[in-house]
This record gives sequence, structure tokens and C-alpha cells, in this order.
Amino acid sequence: MSWIRITNTENIPLREGRSVRVGDRDIAIFNLGNRFLAVENRCPHNGGPLAEGIISGKTVVCPLHAWKVCLESGAVKKPQSDACVMTYPVETVGDIICIDIPANACAA
Amino acid sequence: MERLVVVGNGMAGVACVEQILKHAPKFEITIFGDETHVNYNRILLSSVLAGEKEMDDITLNGLEWYRNNGILLRLGVRISAVDAIAKTVTGEDGSVTGYDKLLLATGSSAFIPPIPGVDKKGVFAFRNLDDTRNILDRAQEGTKAVVIGGGLLGLEAARGLQVRGCDVTVVHLMDSLMERQLDPAGGEYLRKQIEQLGVRVALGKSTSALLGNGHVEGVVFKDGESLPADMVVLAAGIRPNVELGRKAGLAINRGIVVNDFMETSDPDVFAVGECVEHNGIVYGLVAPLFEQGKVLAATITGNRGPLYLGSKQAAKLKIMGVDVFSAGDPNAAEGAEIVKYEDPTLGIYKKLLVRGNKLAAVILVGDVNDSHRYMEWLRADTDISPMRRSLLFPEPSSDDGRDVAQIPEGDTVCGCMGVTKGAIVHAIQSRGLNTLAQLKECTKASTGCGSCTTLCQHLLKAVAPDFEEDGRKVLCACVPFPQESLREIVRSQRLKSVQDILNIYGNGVGCEICKPALSYMVDVVWCGDHEEDRSARFINDRVHANIQKDGTFSVVPRIRGGVTSPAELRKIADVADKYKVPLVKITGSQRIDLLGVRKSDLPKIWADLGMPSGQAYTKGVRMVKTCVGTEFCRFGTQDAIGAGVELERRLENLFTPHKVKMATVGCPRNCAEATVKDIGLVGQEGSWQVVVGGAAGKSVRKADLLITVESTEQALEAAELFFQYYREHGNYLERTYDFVERIGMEKIRKETVYALDPAKKGLLDRLRKSKAISYDAWQEGASPVNPTQFVQIEAMHSPPGYFPPEQFQGAPV
Ligand SMILES: Cc1cc2nc3c(=O)[nH]c(=O)nc-3n(C[C@H](O)[C@H](O)[C@H](O)COP(=O)(O)OP(=O)(O)OC[C@H]3O[C@@H](n4cnc5c(N)ncnc54)[C@H](O)[C@@H]3O)c2cc1C
Ligand code: HEM
Ligand code: SF4
Ligand code: FES
Repeated sequence: MSWIRITNTENIPLREGRSVRVGDRDIAIFNLGNRFLAVENRCPHNGGPLAEGIISGKTVVCPLHAWKVCLESGAVKKPQSDACVMTYPVETVGDIICIDIPANACAA
Repeated sequence: MERLVVVGNGMAGVACVEQILKHAPKFEITIFGDETHVNYNRILLSSVLAGEKEMDDITLNGLEWYRNNGILLRLGVRISAVDAIAKTVTGEDGSVTGYDKLLLATGSSAFIPPIPGVDKKGVFAFRNLDDTRNILDRAQEGTKAVVIGGGLLGLEAARGLQVRGCDVTVVHLMDSLMERQLDPAGGEYLRKQIEQLGVRVALGKSTSALLGNGHVEGVVFKDGESLPADMVVLAAGIRPNVELGRKAGLAINRGIVVNDFMETSDPDVFAVGECVEHNGIVYGLVAPLFEQGKVLAATITGNRGPLYLGSKQAAKLKIMGVDVFSAGDPNAAEGAEIVKYEDPTLGIYKKLLVRGNKLAAVILVGDVNDSHRYMEWLRADTDISPMRRSLLFPEPSSDDGRDVAQIPEGDTVCGCMGVTKGAIVHAIQSRGLNTLAQLKECTKASTGCGSCTTLCQHLLKAVAPDFEEDGRKVLCACVPFPQESLREIVRSQRLKSVQDILNIYGNGVGCEICKPALSYMVDVVWCGDHEEDRSARFINDRVHANIQKDGTFSVVPRIRGGVTSPAELRKIADVADKYKVPLVKITGSQRIDLLGVRKSDLPKIWADLGMPSGQAYTKGVRMVKTCVGTEFCRFGTQDAIGAGVELERRLENLFTPHKVKMATVGCPRNCAEATVKDIGLVGQEGSWQVVVGGAAGKSVRKADLLITVESTEQALEAAELFFQYYREHGNYLERTYDFVERIGMEKIRKETVYALDPAKKGLLDRLRKSKAISYDAWQEGASPVNPTQFVQIEAMHSPPGYFPPEQFQGAPV
């Protein structure tokens, strides 16, 4: 469990996502207005870049085939599926977005 | 068989005849009507005026109905006399018709106030189809219209005129709008909403004369002020048509007096509708008239028994975006408790009058979702003590819509036509109904003012096994309105951003379906002068490239008409080398695609290419494919390349409901396949055929001929007219081939190439305005809307340095 400073909050526009590379991880961070959320930037369907999706509430819609992924839990909400993506705790300190990266790389 | 003669072919008379037909056959029926139209829905004249309905859409009983029921219909004949002794009626055509029973259903007429000048040209009443037609003929973009009367009718008329582009002022005698249905505070909320629509409101104004020499030119008030006017609509009230009743010797007060059995003072003469007075009240809304009709039908067919004991009246303003509901008499506040809520920012005002734990009256402005609940309490005289804690806001129901299971069977769902929930459920089950259209046809529910449509749909959804949404589908659950309505809302409420629409008319959240659709809508309604919100756009429209299955993008520069040059080709080749583009492909649209490009390389590639975007990624103008035409082809009869390049130049960078692919060909051999394109120009000797709505994708459809014209300029203009018309009326994601089938070519021609000059000019002006604001999206490579749009963000520490957040609180970054 280690917190890492990612980027300035203003680099992620309101209701959009951006991907960030941390080591060998590709993480999608989203600006939901009142908070930031982060998930693995790989759609469980076919690897689509979730950071490029349209946000619908606290769900992101994958730009490739419109799978819907909950940004809080990482669960796929549509279609019905047990698949999920890894989520990362986010905190903002001042203007800086920080993400908590698990020490070893195994996804939950 | 007895002879029944009905005078008045209107809503109440015909509805009563429908009820009579449900009893055992007893009569040979003749109906006289002085209008020339079969029975139509008078309520919806407001919608016709506002362009939401066509005149043909509001027919209630077609000619077949009269024929199938053996009714002799005499239209355009006014009955001028009744002889109650000889039992005959005399028509203005000289005909004399004998009756055994006579039914007077003559309705009312518009009250024409005794003001000097009301007989001038350009002064209209608003009561029937002819009035509506005359008003529409007069109302043009920019016409100065004054509506006298700020009641339901006046406001609906004003709204209709304003939608038609008129400059409208409503003049009202009283100090508050709809003062009979609202209190002064409610009237004030309403005034604000009406003024927000762009209609001016002048209160406390008594009109003293209409000016003008033959034709009306202005309105003068008692206080000496005046207003210029090209037209005046009188909506100052109605007067029951009682002359025939008087001639028949009936007892008359304000209306023809009837008792609880709906009998008049003459045993063989009956009356129903707005011309009737029951217990001192003359009703002016359809719901009570239909209740009267049911009772009358029983009495007249010899089944005397059911009683008419008066009706609870409710009024609803039928203006999109201005929600007003009122029931009971809200100004009779004596001895009543008042329960009230208001929110000036949201424009919501709710007021209930409660007397002895019963609801006595209700006013709703700005939020009428609960009108059904209140109406039921009024109708059933419900003891509301158990609901005391949630009078103004119902307990949240688990359903997102109304919890239809909670509505008692006997509750009236459609107030206009008096249809209960039980009747609807029974009809759905016993007749296997699946669509709203079938439900309307079979039960008449939702054919009146339309305010119960959502409820009917919920019932269908809950009860019908194979419920299908009707043609008027809503955009999506986030903003549950049909796209036509949304366009209207966006325009009238001056909404310029997607988030505003979602906040005010939707769930505030939106999704991948509605956000791009609304983004398109604000763009087209405001001709590009909207508030662009990239978060509501699909990724392709944020980065101006087509996302591929591996998350890379493709780059297709614009090559107008497919005409390129060695220099351009060399540049493309250099770029492909420099950025190691994995695949270079000639597309099906006569241009070149560079596939497998990383997002961060996009701005650099665009800069190196120095060519504009080909919009291959968006719902917009794709390209114009051309054949060589007269340039080189030995068969060519028209300059296909010249016309194609010009067409592409005129339309490029614009957005459309779905992609638009075009082609121009020099002769009917059609080498560039113009007849399967959204818009095609097919050259022939001395003329061009302009064809639209073609497709060669998932489905194949041959394009329809729009028009044949002589010059290339005329052909380009026809293409532009259709293009803009499709932009304005197409639903998002509706290709032109579905669009032309939905609208019909005849109507499209009438509203584009055969439209009147002002309408054509309007289309072209709006197209030019959008075009002037539009720009080549690839210019955003140098100045992106969001600075990080094309940047791959890297973490601030790399290799990662790990800190718990507390540790670097306040530390320099
Ligand atoms: C623009 C508009 C909007 C309205 N909106 C609503 C609404 O939202 N909700 C609502 O409940 N109500 C509404 N109303 C009122 C509603 O339309 C009337 O209450 C209803 O139509 C009255 O029905 P009726 O049959 O009594 O009269 P009408 O529908 O007026 O029918 C009477 C017919 O008899 C004909 N007639 C009269 N005299 C003679 C004669 N001597 N010989 C032959 N024919 C004759 C008339 O021309 C007319 O066609 C609206 C009315 C208008 C004009
Ligand atoms: C292992 C399973 C799957 C694989 C390998 C797969 C692969 C693909 C591929 C390669 C495409 C075309 C991508 C492109 O447009 O470039 C595609 C399209 C699509 N897939 Fe899947 N898919 C799978 C399962 C699913 C499932 C389960 C769903 C939905 C529930 C789905 C929905 C779609 C949709 C909606 C499209 C777009 C179709 C269109 O172009 O209109 N796919 N899929
Ligand atoms: S369509 Fe006609 S003019 Fe054009 S290339 Fe073909 S044959 Fe020649
Ligand atoms: S890769 Fe995300 S929906 Fe297909």
C-alpha cells in the first residue's frame, strides 16, 4: 500500500477521464466533479481504454462496445457479467491527485 | 325507429351519439354541423397552431365512422330555426327536417368584445379549424401579434404564434394571468415562465379600440397607451350558443337549463355540451361534457336512471415547458387551510386548499407530476388525513415512474375521455393491446389533451406482455422526451449546454446515448453558437479521429471530390514513414486512411500533413465522391468533379444526425454510385437530378428523386436545402434513408425545394450561419479545447516514490 502523487487536478477536465502510466500499470482517472475515481484502464470485455469513455453518473461507458463499468466498485454493470476491473483509492491533497497502489501487482 | 336529429357536430354531441350507439338501436340519426370538417379534437387546435400536430392528425371520427353507424351527416349546414310544435328544424339551405327527438349540441362561440374595430381584417377568433387556418396564413416570421385575453386559450394561442416566429404580446384585462384558475402568486410564476418563452405580457390593460384602415394596425388601451399590431387574436372568453334553444321555447339562463337526467324543459328536446347549464354551471372543458353525454344517452334511449351531479373541473395549460395545473376553485379560500410550497429559482409553486381534511382546490405551476393524485382526491372526496405528512411531495415510490400498481381500479386515468384504470387494464388484457396507438383506438384514453399519455404508457408496460413503444419514442430514460420535443425545448427555453438540459429536463446525469445526441442538438439548434462540452462527446469527437479496436486511432485527411496531387500524396507518404503508420489504405470513399496511430501523435501528424480533417470519425459530412465527368470522360455531360468539390467545400466541417456521404456523377452511368448516397447529383444532358436518401450499407436503398434542375447552382442549392432540413428534423443516429421514409418525400419536397421563399431562405441562412462558425477540427491539434486532450499523463514521480498522503500535506510539489 503506497500513495503516489499523480498529477494536478486541473489536468483532468470535469466529467472526463485521462489515463496515467504508473510503472507498468495503465490507470484511468475520472473527474466526477465532487471527487476523483481511478480504475484499471482496461475494459474486461476486450481491453478497451476506459479513460476515453463517456461518464454516466458514477459509471463509465467503454468507447469500444459500450460495456458499462462502475467506477466505485469496478464491477461490470452492463451486460450482466461477473467481470470487474481493479479500482484504486484516490485522495486529493491540495491540487494534487494521489492514488494508492498496492505493493504487489496482483489484481483483486 | 325514431328520428333523432343532432345539431352540432362537435366534441360533446358526437361523443354523446357514441354513447347512444352503445344502447340498443332505437334511432335513425341525422347530424347537422355548420363546420365543413368531420368531428375533430378542438382541444388540439392549440397544438396545430404550434405546429406540433397537422390538421389531419386531429380528426376524431372519420367519414367511415358515420357511414358504418348509419348516421346521415350534413356538413356545412347551419340550423337556423326549430319548431317545437311541428317538431322540425330548418337549415339555412332551406331544408326542413322532422324529428322525434332533438339533441342540441351547439357548443359555444368566441366572445367578440364590443370594441370599435373588431371587424377589421387581421382580427381573428380562435375557436375552430377555419380560425386556426386563417391565423396560420397570417402569422409569419416577424409578424407583430397581439393576443387579447390571458386565460388558457389566449396563452396557448400566444405560444403557437411565438413558435411561428411572431413577435407576440398578450394583453390581459386583469392584474394576473389565468386569474380564474390561479391565485395572484401562481399567476406571477406563470407570467415569468411565459415571458421566458419570449412572449411579452401586459397586465391590467383594457382595450379601447383596434386601429387601422381596413386592416388592423394597432391596439389602443383605456390608459392611452397603444401597441402596433399586424394581427390580433381575440381570446376573451366564450358564449354558449343558446339561440336554437330559445327558439324551441326551452328554459334558458346563461345556457340551456338541464336537470340531473340531462332533460330540458321540453321532453323531446335534449341538450349537451358547452351550450348547457347544469345546476348554475356552464362547463367549458371536455371531461364534464362527456360525463353529461353518458347520462343523456341513458335518458334518451329510455334507460332513464343515471344522474349527472356536476363535475370537478381541472385545467391544464398545454404549453411545452410551461406546466400549469389547477383544479377546484383556488380563489374560494374562505375557511380553508393553505398548504404551500414555492421555489423561485426553479419556478415551482404548489398550493393546496384543504377544508375539513378534504382537498378543496389545487394550483401547480412548474411541476405538475402529482396532478393525477390531487385530481383523484378531489373527485373521490378523499379524507387526506393519512397523507398529511406528504401532501406536497408523495412518498418516493420504488418505481421510477408512477407506481401504477398503487392506482385503484376505479380511478380515472384519462380525465378528458373519462377512462378508468380498470377499463384500460381490461382492454389491454381482453383485446391483447400492445401499443399506445391500439389503446387510443380501442379505449379513447389519451386522445384528449394528452396529459395522461405517460400514465397510459406505464400501464401498458406493466400489463401488456409485448409492450412496444410507439413511433414517438423518447430519446432515452435520462431525458424522457421524444427528440422533436427536445429540439423544441432547447429552442424555446434557450438551453445552450448539454448539462443544462440534463439538469432541468432529465436526471442530471445522462449517458452515452443521450449525451452525444444532446450535443448534436444544441449545436444544430443554435447554429454552432452553443456551449460545447467535450465530456458529452464520444471519444472520436474529442480527438477528431476514429478509435480502433486496440485503442489506437485512424487519420483520414480531406481530399475533396477524391481529387489529389502528387505533392499531397508525397506528404501523406512522408507522414506514414515518419510515424511508422502500420497500415495505409485507400478507403471506399476515394480517400486515404492512416490506421494505427497513437493518440499523442495525432496533433503532430495533422501539422505535418497540413490538410484538413476528413471527418471520417464523426456524425457529420464525410465526403463527396465524384466521377471524372466532363473533365476527361467521353460520356460526361456535366462537370461532376467541379460540382462535387464545390458541394464538399460548402458543407464540410458541419455535423449531421448521422454520417452524410455524397456523390456527384457526370452521366446516368453513375460511376461514383450517386444513387446509393445520402445526397447524390446525377448529371444528364442539360440538367441535374438531385437524389436523396440512398444507402449502400447494412441495407441497400436506391435514393429518391428530390428535384431535377437545369443549372449546377440550382442543384447545389437543392442539396443544401435538403441537407439543412435533415439537420434540423432528423433524429440523432437516423440516417437519411430512414429519415426520408419517416417524413415522406412529398412533405420533404414541400418543405425544401418547393417551399415558399422565406422558408427556403430560413434554411439557407441557418446553414450559412452554422457554416460561418464551423472550422476544421484538426486546428485543435495546435490549441486543444482541453490542454491534456492529446497528452499521455505521467505520474509525478517516476520511478514511483511512495508517500502516505499525510506526509506531504503542504509539501512543495
Ligand atoms: C383552442 C382550444 C383549446 C382547448 N383546450 C382544451 C383543453 O385543453 N381541455 C379541455 O377540456 N377543453 C379544451 N377546450 C374546450 C373544448 O374544446 C370544448 O369544451 C369542447 O369542444 C366543447 O364541445 P361542444 O361539443 O359542446 O362544442 P363544440 O366542440 O364547439 O361543438 C359545437 C359544434 O356545433 C356547431 N354548431 C353550432 N351551432 C350550430 C347550428 N346552429 N347549426 C349547425 N351547427 C352548429 C359548431 O360549429 C361546432 O362545430 C379548448 C377549446 C379551444 C378552442
Ligand atoms: C469474447 C467475447 C467477445 C469478443 C472477442 C468480441 C469482439 C468484438 C470485436 C472485435 C468487435 C468489433 C470491434 C470494432 O468495431 O472494431 C466487436 C463489436 C461489438 N461487440 Fe463484441 N466481442 C465479444 C463479446 C461481446 C459481448 C458479450 C457484447 C455485448 C453484450 C459485445 C458487444 C459488441 C458490440 C455492441 C459491438 C459493436 C457492433 C457494431 O459495430 O455495431 N461483444 N466485438
Ligand atoms: S458517370 Fe458518366 S460521366 Fe461519370 S465517369 Fe461514369 S460514364 Fe463518365
Ligand atoms: S472493449 Fe470495452 S466494451 Fe468492448
